[in-house]
Amino acid sequence: MDIRPILASLRRHRIPALLIVLEIALACAVLCNAVFMISQRVASIHLPNAIDEAGIAEVTLNGTDPELAGSDIPRNLAALRGLPGVQAAAVVSTLPLSQNNWGWGFGTKPGDTLTDRGSRNVSMYFLGSGGDAALGLQVLEGRSFNDGDYADSRFDKSPLPETHVVLVTRSLAAKMWPGQPAVGKTLYATPHYYTVIGVVADVLRPYIGDVNSPANYDAAFFPMSAAGSKGALSHYVVRSAPRDRDRLVREAEQKLADLNPGGVAHGRGYPEIRRGYFADMSSMAWMLVLVCVVMLAVTAFGIVGLTSFWVNQRRRQIGIRRAVGATRGHILQYFQTENFVLSTGGVALGMALAFGINVYLMQRYEMARMPWFYLPAGAIALWLIGQASVLGPALRAAAVPPVVATRSA
Amino acid sequence: MRGTGQPVMIGYYLDLAMRSLKRNKVLTVLMVLAIAVGIGTSMTTLTVMHVLSGDPIPQKSADLFRVGLNVFPDDNFRPGEEVPDNLTRRDAEALLRDARADRQAMMSAGTMVVTPAQGDPLSLESRYTTADFFTMFAVPFRFGRAWDRGDDGSHARVAVISAALNDQLFGGRDSTGSMLQVGSQSLRIVGVLGDWSMNPRFYDLSNGRFGDSEQVFVPLATALDLHLATSGTMNCWGNNSDEHAADAPCLWLQYWAELDAPSTRVAYRQYLHNYMAQQQQAGRFTHPGQIRLLDVMQWLDAKGVVPSDVRLQVWLALGFLGICLLNTVGLLLAKFLRRSGEISVRRALGASRRAIFMQCLVEAGVVGLAGGVCGLALAGLGLVLVRHQPTDYAGLIRMDPSMLLATFVLALLSSLLAGLLPAWRAMHVAPAVALKSN
Repeated sequence: MDIRPILASLRRHRIPALLIVLEIALACAVLCNAVFMISQRVASIHLPNAIDEAGIAEVTLNGTDPELAGSDIPRNLAALRGLPGVQAAAVVSTLPLSQNNWGWGFGTKPGDTLTDRGSRNVSMYFLGSGGDAALGLQVLEGRSFNDGDYADSRFDKSPLPETHVVLVTRSLAAKMWPGQPAVGKTLYATPHYYTVIGVVADVLRPYIGDVNSPANYDAAFFPMSAAGSKGALSHYVVRSAPRDRDRLVREAEQKLADLNPGGVAHGRGYPEIRRGYFADMSSMAWMLVLVCVVMLAVTAFGIVGLTSFWVNQRRRQIGIRRAVGATRGHILQYFQTENFVLSTGGVALGMALAFGINVYLMQRYEMARMPWFYLPAGAIALWLIGQASVLGPALRAAAVPPVVATRSA
Repeated sequence: MRGTGQPVMIGYYLDLAMRSLKRNKVLTVLMVLAIAVGIGTSMTTLTVMHVLSGDPIPQKSADLFRVGLNVFPDDNFRPGEEVPDNLTRRDAEALLRDARADRQAMMSAGTMVVTPAQGDPLSLESRYTTADFFTMFAVPFRFGRAWDRGDDGSHARVAVISAALNDQLFGGRDSTGSMLQVGSQSLRIVGVLGDWSMNPRFYDLSNGRFGDSEQVFVPLATALDLHLATSGTMNCWGNNSDEHAADAPCLWLQYWAELDAPSTRVAYRQYLHNYMAQQQQAGRFTHPGQIRLLDVMQWLDAKGVVPSDVRLQVWLALGFLGICLLNTVGLLLAKFLRRSGEISVRRALGASRRAIFMQCLVEAGVVGLAGGVCGLALAGLGLVLVRHQPTDYAGLIRMDPSMLLATFVLALLSSLLAGLLPAWRAMHVAPAVALKSN
């Protein structure tokens, strides 16, 4: 189809044409960025985490006397293991995504201290006996802790544990010793040092950055004896089949409350911890979805309104074209092509705007760079919306009978 | 003539506007809805922003200062890095002893387990602080009073509890003199707070910035005696067996000073510089030992207390409002130009361009007002949605009179703005040409 008559006609309606172009451009820019933000949040919410999330029930026990942990913890665990359906039970210092973070800087060279530039901040998990099995850690290389490792570890005068073994995540191992096997290497936080005895699949930290942050899996696991834990072990983890989990949350909470009359027990299933951590993010994502849908609807209605106006304005013109031989198809095509031309102008401007907004957000709000394919995807979406909304008015235009040409408007 | 004719004409234009809007209901509804959703989303996000970035303590925010001292030993000192937020116990206690400000308090957040006379033990959010806290932050009391500096010095076993906890444990009666069982120890309740919630909790942003305030307040010295658990950031260097010890190399205490007059502020700043110089001479460090003194609003600004998601939402909503306005401009343009015939008749009968312009603007204004009313309803709905979100600030979001007014101003302004261009085009309809083409 020859677009020259369309361009000539648009030149006579510069302002409405420009308005449609601007509206499409703005919609395209907002759409690309909003969808990108949604995708970032959805990716964060689904970050993988190599523990048995579906099977873990957690009970936090506060207010007990740390001096008695050596006898209380084994008693509590024995009672939990007696509950029906429990596959493993242990006590740990914190859980992934629980926001309760204990971080320390570790280096790879003797003498590295907390504040050395080469030190990497690592989240520390302290596991009571059997903690690896209760969490469902997946050992990829080397071995996990044995009974001796658990029994020998304790806190003394430092926030770092008095032990010499550690498990690291695969991500941490790859960053500390790139291209080398990590098992047998040593983590230093002078005067403490820890030998890596095993590498586990990536477990999230208690507190993470956004989805692109490279540090989300920088975690290390240390064994810890109940008697030497100085109150650091307060999260009881009970692992079961997923169908038993919610029942065990209640039963384990009740059991620990009964056994520890001075303490406060609070139970949650692990999925609840994950949901709670990402609650803000998922509500933001839903808000973005809502805004996008309403925005596209407004844009579509705007196109419908303006095109209808044009069609009405040009009824006589259309009638004349029909009278001199144009088919309904020609008229339909005319308006569709016209919309396509306007949309093309709009998305071209919109893609540039979207890119600009992304760059601005990157500087102001630590947004990531938008992958290139969001731009053409946004463009295609607005092309389609334009064509869909022009269809109604264009069909009405095509229905204009040739006889209109003979009437005075 | 124009002077006396104007009010009558406005009434006539209103009548014309209503007729014109009724004639084309679908288009009218479309325009009103477009403005309404644009206004609704913008006002929802702007209200959230307005509430979150508000001054939590307007009467005193310029007099309260967060004190920061960079006492890192040289090994841990990194030039160009910000002065840490918190103080060591050693420095906080030294400043408190000197008491050079009008009022001052050091504090930390914590959790404690209280065993009530009946029922299960409760895990409560607590604040360990010193006597001036309550006067400094204008904390209202329902019963009793705060503890005094003497109680701080004597490590008195006393506590102040929140109204909510008083309702829960004592059924709302005056509980001063009653005991609060904490492990094997007991604390005597000396005061019960009135309704008090500080949002954002500016004095300590490290433990949940928004939400309910603490339920129990205990003198810091007493809390340390009883080994009550603290929470918040604990930044230590070097090895130590007890991070709460008097000389522990750990930053964990928030320190606030009230400085009521500009002269005291200057003097206090000088005092802090002198203090740091003394510490340097005592051999704690050799670096310059910066200080930081920020009032409440500067402090909130420095900590970026408004979540960046909220800022993003505002930008998004404004972009959205822009789309809605472009839409309205287009539709109004279509509407006015469709009436070219009518306009040219009026022009031919002697109406000035100005009159046509006014007539169109009135119509745009009516649409804007209607959009504003609907937008307000939508914003109300949006705020209900926000309040049901699981964010910590959800419960605080309310629309206040100033935002209500702002909504209408925004709606009217934006629709008049949207009406300008179409009205401009309409007034340039030439009388003769439009008539001829008809």
